[in-house]
Amino acid sequence: MPSAASKTSTTAEPLAEFREDFLKALRSMVLSRTLEEKLGSLYRAGGRIVGGVYLGRGQEAFSAASGIHLRWGKDVYGPLIRDQAGRIAYGEPVIDTLRTYLGTVTGPMRGRDGNIHRGQPKIGYMAMISHLGSLLSVVAGALFARRLQGRLGDTVGATSIGDGGTSTGAFHEGMNMAAVEKLPLVVSIANNQYAYSTPTARQYACENLVDRAAGYGVAGHCVDGTDLLECVKTFRAAYQQARAGEGPQIVVGRLLRLGGHGEHDDASYVPDLQKHTHEGRDCLAVAQRQAVEHGWLTEKDVLDMQQDAKREVEQAMGLVMKEPAPDPYRENWQALSTAWLVEGQEG
Amino acid sequence: MSSITYLEAIREAQYEALKENPNVFLYGQDIGTFGGAFKATKNLGREFPGRVFDAPISEDAMIGMAIGAAVEGARPIIEMQFADFSSVGFNQIVNQAATLYWRTNTPCPITIRLPSGGTAGSGPFHSQSMESIYAHYPGLVILTPATVEDAYWMLLDSVKLEDPVIFCEHKFLYYHLKADDFGQSMPIGKARIARPGRDATVVTYSAMLHESLRAAEELRLDGYEVEVVDLRSVKPMDTDTILASVARTGRLLVVGEAFPWGGVTSEVIARVASEAFHLLDAPPLRLNSKDTPIPYHPNLWKSHRPTTSSIAAELRKLLRY
Repeated sequence: MPSAASKTSTTAEPLAEFREDFLKALRSMVLSRTLEEKLGSLYRAGGRIVGGVYLGRGQEAFSAASGIHLRWGKDVYGPLIRDQAGRIAYGEPVIDTLRTYLGTVTGPMRGRDGNIHRGQPKIGYMAMISHLGSLLSVVAGALFARRLQGRLGDTVGATSIGDGGTSTGAFHEGMNMAAVEKLPLVVSIANNQYAYSTPTARQYACENLVDRAAGYGVAGHCVDGTDLLECVKTFRAAYQQARAGEGPQIVVGRLLRLGGHGEHDDASYVPDLQKHTHEGRDCLAVAQRQAVEHGWLTEKDVLDMQQDAKREVEQAMGLVMKEPAPDPYRENWQALSTAWLVEGQEG
Repeated sequence: MSSITYLEAIREAQYEALKENPNVFLYGQDIGTFGGAFKATKNLGREFPGRVFDAPISEDAMIGMAIGAAVEGARPIIEMQFADFSSVGFNQIVNQAATLYWRTNTPCPITIRLPSGGTAGSGPFHSQSMESIYAHYPGLVILTPATVEDAYWMLLDSVKLEDPVIFCEHKFLYYHLKADDFGQSMPIGKARIARPGRDATVVTYSAMLHESLRAAEELRLDGYEVEVVDLRSVKPMDTDTILASVARTGRLLVVGEAFPWGGVTSEVIARVASEAFHLLDAPPLRLNSKDTPIPYHPNLWKSHRPTTSSIAAELRKLLRY
């Protein structure tokens, strides 16, 4: 059960209209947290997961509140490292996460790429590369093509970045281009205070990252990334504006990464004091409390939701464990899709 | 009376591509109303409204945008204003475009046009030849047309391919090289014997083909018949045609305009040395530019790149061995 017991801010706004979004996001958060706890234990146990494990703990509310607005197979999504919750909200089955971390041939990346580097570009779900900021223009390009082909309709695109990633040239170029083209794109900036170990003071000198929105000529939104209800409200507005043809939307969420860059990182550079600030509170605990306080869930519902998530993850894990690892002797070692252009093959 | 230039062939190929396929669009700096820095897209914006776009000076975003568009079924042709500037989009080319198919089973049909190579007075940042750099990465097709015919047909073929193509068109040939018509198309990935011979083989590509042909002509006056092989595409590389030529001549010189460390010329030598050492009657030679940035003044530039006379000198050395 959520243990933190501070009061949520009471407000006169009618909240019923956010109930459905909130609960969808919350379910994604719970499932994401459960799945990532499993990934963390697999990593610590050793053996099954080769390479790193990169978790979104503390960023689930911000990520899920964006992901719930994206329709699987219809919208364009280019999530980043800490978007497990957003990916689930968008519609990615948890088994694809496990398959990619374990590198099984049944997964979307077939062992050729791993962990958070996964997607299905053919349906608009872009697979990130490690070079931060470079996915923004790819998502923008997909929207650009749909508009060119006259099938943009109410399609929207979304991508994410952290405070560190906003320092790259690729981010700037992509953001500027999307703004020039006035594309329906929502860009989430999770300001989680650290880029790996580098604090924001060494990353940027503006007052708030949202100030950059004005420079690009796009709308900027700020939100408390630890507060799911606020995130739900903010992203709803951002997506409505993007879909209404008002161009790209930057949404900056203030929060704290509740862990290391990856599970190999103990995050000893984060001062204890910071963990006890407002931005350091656990967004999942806050959201579960909010759900109960607003009468949207009982405490039993919250427990049931956690149990369902556990079952779903365990079931998926059971399946993936039996799935085959890639076989180098059966692998098609061909980097081009045009077989006759691959050297050593006949046309 | 030859009337079509290499540059016109590139413009015409883009015209045809736009006409043939509504999914083709052009994106690049100053290519709209202005028609491009070299006028390779002259009038195309007017002829195909809404299909030719001026891009911001953002090579990274231009390539990224093309990748996203290609995934959605579009066929973007991206003009880098100069090949040199593709270094700013390097990451998108080699890490995003080149890995996409292998990682995600999603083809990435984009064509990136690189106005390449040196012209007098262009200096260090408007003269580079990037084919060796890109050829190093898996997942890219690297084309280096040396003729008007190849400029036309290979560009049209590039747009039809399901894979990312780096189309290295040589700026020196833009206005100098002319043909009567577009002639015949030849498949990508096949080299061409540009001049048959029996005493030595020159393997080359792009603008260096013409310098090499002139050098071969010079050697003819000395009584030598030099065979010249035009690679046409440096990746994939047509090793069979190279080996067959070396089998005929027993002597090999490889000429390229790019910097000397590694690259296309080294690759040819490595393949011949390891697969056909027994066919060689002399150590294989290679000739590239000098290992410095590309100079501005014509006097310096002319002796920085291989020329007819430096190629002829290397050939004499090769034939004397």
